[in-house]
Order: sequence, then C-alpha cells, then structure tokens
Amino acid sequence: MTESTTPAAVAVDPIVDVRGVSYGVGGRMIFSGLDLQAQRGEITAVMGPSGTGKTTLLRLLMGAIAPASGRVAVFGEDISALDRRGLYALRRRVGMLFQNGALLTDLSVFENVAFPLREHTRLPEPLLRRLVLMKLQAVGLRGAAELNTAALSGGMARRVALARAIVMDPELLIYDEPFVGLDPISLGVILRLIQSLNATLGITSIVVTHDVDEISRVAHRSFLLAGGKVVATGSPAQLRATAAPVVNQFMNGLPDGPVPFHVPASDYREQLLGADW
Amino acid sequence: MSAAAPYHLRLADTFLKVGRVAMFLVRTGSQCLPALRRPRLLIAQIYNAGARSLIIVMLCGLFVGMVLALQGYDLLQRFGSESALGVAAALGLVKELGPVITALLFAGRAGTSLASEIGLMRATDQLSAMEMMAVDPVRHVVVPRFLGGIIAVPLLTAIFDAIGIFGAQMIGVGLLGVESGSFWSQMQSAVTTADIREGLVKSLCFGAACSLMAVYEGFHAEPTAEGVGLATTRTVVSSAILTLLLDYMLTAAFLGS
Repeated sequence: MTESTTPAAVAVDPIVDVRGVSYGVGGRMIFSGLDLQAQRGEITAVMGPSGTGKTTLLRLLMGAIAPASGRVAVFGEDISALDRRGLYALRRRVGMLFQNGALLTDLSVFENVAFPLREHTRLPEPLLRRLVLMKLQAVGLRGAAELNTAALSGGMARRVALARAIVMDPELLIYDEPFVGLDPISLGVILRLIQSLNATLGITSIVVTHDVDEISRVAHRSFLLAGGKVVATGSPAQLRATAAPVVNQFMNGLPDGPVPFHVPASDYREQLLGADW
Repeated sequence: MSAAAPYHLRLADTFLKVGRVAMFLVRTGSQCLPALRRPRLLIAQIYNAGARSLIIVMLCGLFVGMVLALQGYDLLQRFGSESALGVAAALGLVKELGPVITALLFAGRAGTSLASEIGLMRATDQLSAMEMMAVDPVRHVVVPRFLGGIIAVPLLTAIFDAIGIFGAQMIGVGLLGVESGSFWSQMQSAVTTADIREGLVKSLCFGAACSLMAVYEGFHAEPTAEGVGLATTRTVVSSAILTLLLDYMLTAAFLGS
C-alpha cells in the first residue's frame, strides 16, 4: 500500500528516478517494485525502520549493485547500462557522505579534502589549497586542516567527510545516516550544513535516515520505506498526519505495531520451561 | 568453505580461488602503468614494505649465515674440504636460502601488515569511499603496495645474502679456523653471474607472489574484525606455500636449462 499524501510527488525534474526496482540477497527480497524520485534542488529524506534497505538503496543509486528488475536513473542515465568508465564519470557529479565518514586514515584532514581534486584535476597547488580551505571553512574546520584524522571527534570527522563530498561541487549529495552517534551540537551543525549547502549551492540532497525529528526540520519531501517499497510520500508534516498504521508507528516511534517488537519465535513459555532446556 | 565440506568441493573451491587470484593479478597489472605516474605512493610503499623489514631481515640473515657455517663446516671436514666453506655458504645463500627466507620473512612482517591495512580500509568503508569518488582503489591502494613488494624483496634478499655471508665468515674464519684467503678466493671463483641471476629471478618471483597474496587477501577481506584476522592468516599461509612451490619450479627450471 502506498499512502501517497501529496499529488505533487509526481516527478517534474527528477535527478534520481527509481522505477519498479526489485532487489534481493540470498533469496530474501529487500525491494519489490520500489518507486522513488528526488527532485532537482530539493532535500529528499528517505526514512524507514532499520533493515528496510535504506543503505542498499544508496548502493543502487551509486551503481555499486544492480537491481534484479526495474530502472535506476541518475541525471537521466540508466545506472545499470553504464560501464565502469561511465559510472565513474557519473560519480564525479555526485558527493556521498558515509555513515562513519570513511576518511582515509593515512591522510591529514587537508589531504582528505584535497583527495578528489588531486585525483580528478590538474589544478595548480595554490588554487587547490584555496579550494580546500574554502570547503573546510564552509564546515567550520579550517583550523583543523593539519590535524590527523585520528585526532577528530565523530562530529568533526563527519564534517570533514562533508567537505570532501562537496569539494568537486557535486550536483547531487547523498547522506547515509548523517546523524547517527552525534551529540546535539554536532547534530545541529550537520543539519544546518545540509540546509545551507542545499540553499546556497543549489545542491540536490538525498538524506537516508531514521531520525524523524531532525530530518523533518529541513526536508522538502520524505519517502517512508517499509516491506520493500515506499509506503508513504509527502512532506514530513503530511506524513505525521497519515493514518496508515506503519506510518503512524514510525513517525511517532511506537515500539510495537506493523513492525513487531518481537522477532518471530517459538512459544515463550515452552522455550523457558520445556524439556530441551 | 568449512573443513568438513566434501573433498571434491574443497578442491573445486581451491581452483576457483586460483582463478580469482589470477583475474585480480590481471586487473592489478592493467593498472600498473597509470599508478607509476604517482611515484610518491610507490616510494612510500617501498619504504613501508622494505625499509621497515630491514632489521628483521638483517638479524635473520646473520643467524642463518652463522648456522650455515657451523653445519657446512661439520659436513665438509668429513671430506677434508673445509676450505670450500665460503663457496658452500655463498651458493646456499644466493641461490636458495636468501630468496626463500627473505620472502617468508617479508610475508610474515610486511605481507600481514599489507593485508590487515587494506582489510581495515575495507572494513571502515575507505575503499568504498574511493569507489564513490570515482577513484579506482586497485590503482590507488593495491598497485603501489604490489609494486613496492616486488621492488623491496630483491633488495632485502641482497642484504640478507650479504649479511649471511658475513655471518658465515665470522663463524667459519673467526671461530672454526678456516683460512680467510681460501674462504674468499674460492667463493669469488665459484660463484658466477648465473648464480646471482638465479637468486634475483627467484626473489622477484617470490616478491610478486607474496605481495599479490597480501593485497588480494586484504582487498577481499570480510569487513569485520574476524575477517581481517582471517585475511592476515591466509596471507601468511598462502604466501609460504606459493613461495616454496615456486622455488621448486624455478630451481627445476634453472637446473634443466
């Protein structure tokens, strides 16, 4: 059941267009008939309980895995039809923030941010330095440029990774669980950066998260995943007003409901008191 | 695959792995030229794999040379040929013990370090991050380490040989009373360029084999603590087996030619 709470969800200028995608691992279907679009210039939130395949969706968008059926298009290009060279050309237009930052541990903060520029451009060193410092200034870490990555806190590492993700001026920025494990101050900083990057640079953003309250403050449109497909779309406010039980459970953080608290198991009493034990 | 799996399935799995390693070698080889345009990365890896293994290689070379002198002297004196101790030690080290033991030391010291480093990069998403930044991790991470190993092992072998011969001379001449002149002059006249070439070819092949197994196991490690540990263990085991297998094949080939 898809609770389409907004007719405006119909794609006008989608940068990401996922149509009828099915994907499974080891005989278990993660997606079956997934439809999702991210509009140019918007912040799109992809939410859902743990294990619904949010990170798998990102891997599909980046071409790290291919769908069993359906079509994943980014910038109008079918990801599955691209060869390695084409995929790499497309990825240069996309920035990605990993859940743990995924900074290169043998490089300093400065060199981490400079890494994509050194690999893909032949910029003279003074210009490259200015660009890196500008990106570090944008995330508030210009003063940490010479630090080793081991000296960074979780929030700082996430911000360095964000500076690295935007250093090539991507058209699309993908965030994988950007709020996990952050203290309220770092969380607020990341949230503000997502919003300001979207507003000032016009970057289209896709934020995969299960932090409803945080993302609701900045997202233009939200998709709620459950059971391998989108069960609701719309603005965060519209999702909150939705009566569908699974949406209601997730948006209000109810411990039990369509997503059960207990993993299916044999009879509790029998297992505790039975002969086998 | 578990040890309890049927024999034929384990054999098939071994052949599959050989195929996968061969394909990985082709992929790595195809990226060698582009990687050479960044010599800074290569030099750093030669330092990591080579210079940091220097102490252990020198120490082991010294002890191996000393033991070789003791055993060689004991054997040669039975035939009244103690003066050939220099030749025996030099040939044993240059053609056989130097390349083999250096490769095994390299696998244990640098190979495990390479495998765990790359495995941890996999576990912490660093390799995935490179992929997402449109940077081929094989070119950026694997190739410099692979080439660094190929260059470092022959250099380490040469140092191992030199220190080993010094150790043999120390025991043979200094302790057991072999005449210094005959020790060195017989060695000089008996050890040929072909012997040194054989040792060099062997060390190059062993360096390639040990480096390949280290980067392959690290690159394909399960992204968990246990997975990285297993990759490290597999690196040592497969490097040792491959080194000794190649040693037999190369020795047979050189003797045949």
